[in-house]
Amino acid sequence: MIRVVLPAHLRTLARISGEVHLEMAGPVTQRSVLDALEARYPMLRGTIRGHDGGPRRAFIRFFACEQDLSHNSPDDPLPAAVAAGAEPYLIVGAMAGG
Amino acid sequence: MSGVRVLVGTRKGAFVLTSDGTRKQWEVSGPHFAGWEIYHVKGSPADPDRLYASQSSGWSGQVIQRSDDGGATWAAAGNQFAYQGTPGTHQWYDGTPHPWEFARVWHLEPSLDDPDTVYAGVEDAGLYRSADGGQSWQELPRLRGHESGPSWQPGAGGMCLHTILLDPTRPGRMFAAISAAGAFRSDDAGQTWRPINQGLRSEGIPDPDAEVGHCVHRLAMHPSRPDVLFMQKHWDVMRSDNGGESWREVSGNLPSDFGFPIDVHAHQPDTVYVVPITSDAQHFPPEGKLRVYRSRTGGDDWEPLTKGLPQQDCYVNVLRDAMAVDSLDSCGVYFGTTGGQVYVSADSGDSWEPIVRDLPAVLSVEVQTLP
Repeated sequence: MIRVVLPAHLRTLARISGEVHLEMAGPVTQRSVLDALEARYPMLRGTIRGHDGGPRRAFIRFFACEQDLSHNSPDDPLPAAVAAGAEPYLIVGAMAGG
Repeated sequence: MSGVRVLVGTRKGAFVLTSDGTRKQWEVSGPHFAGWEIYHVKGSPADPDRLYASQSSGWSGQVIQRSDDGGATWAAAGNQFAYQGTPGTHQWYDGTPHPWEFARVWHLEPSLDDPDTVYAGVEDAGLYRSADGGQSWQELPRLRGHESGPSWQPGAGGMCLHTILLDPTRPGRMFAAISAAGAFRSDDAGQTWRPINQGLRSEGIPDPDAEVGHCVHRLAMHPSRPDVLFMQKHWDVMRSDNGGESWREVSGNLPSDFGFPIDVHAHQPDTVYVVPITSDAQHFPPEGKLRVYRSRTGGDDWEPLTKGLPQQDCYVNVLRDAMAVDSLDSCGVYFGTTGGQVYVSADSGDSWEPIVRDLPAVLSVEVQTLP
């Protein structure tokens, strides 16, 4: 099970409270997690990354295990603790604006 | 008794204001989509329960929301706005070529007769159409692809396609306006377009009477007389009597002919409303007095409407999509301000009252007249 934490405005859009839990088969990468997330919640398509797996939106960041994964390849394996469900994969709205 | 539903888009959410035909007591619903910018909310003329809303944020981009029950509940629709073909470039502020980049939907214009068909005007300027209730969007690319497209430059607020007018008497005729390219007309349902800017004069561009490059802020039309168009330009209030083939200035005695919205009385095609703003450098009313100006002669001769509006120390703006009229027997006029007030006049502008005073900055106001 993969644990995903969304920023508040996307939880509202997807009508989610709390963490999202995804059951996944195969490699656990940022791309595969986002694919699974968007498959379950189609209204999130285009709000985190471009449509059809396009690049991350500029003010969205990806964190896990106290690391910034935003600039990693989307096909890199996520940390083992994320793949095991011990740590969440954090989708974060960057601090910006006032 | 019939009533009205006012659809308000703000910097931080949407609000729905409802009242009966007296327009005295109001129910306020919202914020819907709290925290998001709502550039526009509009209902289908063919089905007043069908609403479309443009929701966006700097973090998460564009979302289109749809309601099938008059705004009680909403569901996200499609949000993929892809330019057709190779997008090419327009001019950037410094004159260099800049790729077309989708930023947001400024305006949603539902079809006059099909609730599932809706047009979207976007930044960078493009026109889209959905025929499935907003689930999928296809560009009408010949507007952006007009031969002048590579020369278009954005206005200060971005290069937005902000006005879409549908001619109720000629199927296929539609108008669009872009800041800062100008006004355009199609006579074949958006398949081809041509600029309609003859008679406009803009001192801020190298050739003041160029075919394109004018910063048109808003167009308005009365449905009974669609050949007559009114325009609030960056500076100048203009009128066309021939479907945009040519324009003449009708600013007349306005204290300033700079402004953003313009609208037409529901039952009197020659009664027109504008909100004069001091200048392009001072986006607030002249002398700190919030005045709507009304012409009953189709322009040139204007009277200030002040009863109920603040007449001192008022420094709000009224944005281009933030004025609307209802079609009750006594025509109601509505506008919203960047200070968060939404005003109503139930007597064609003679007197005004605030419906709400403290919303986030208002981006758009539309009204539905309900049976």
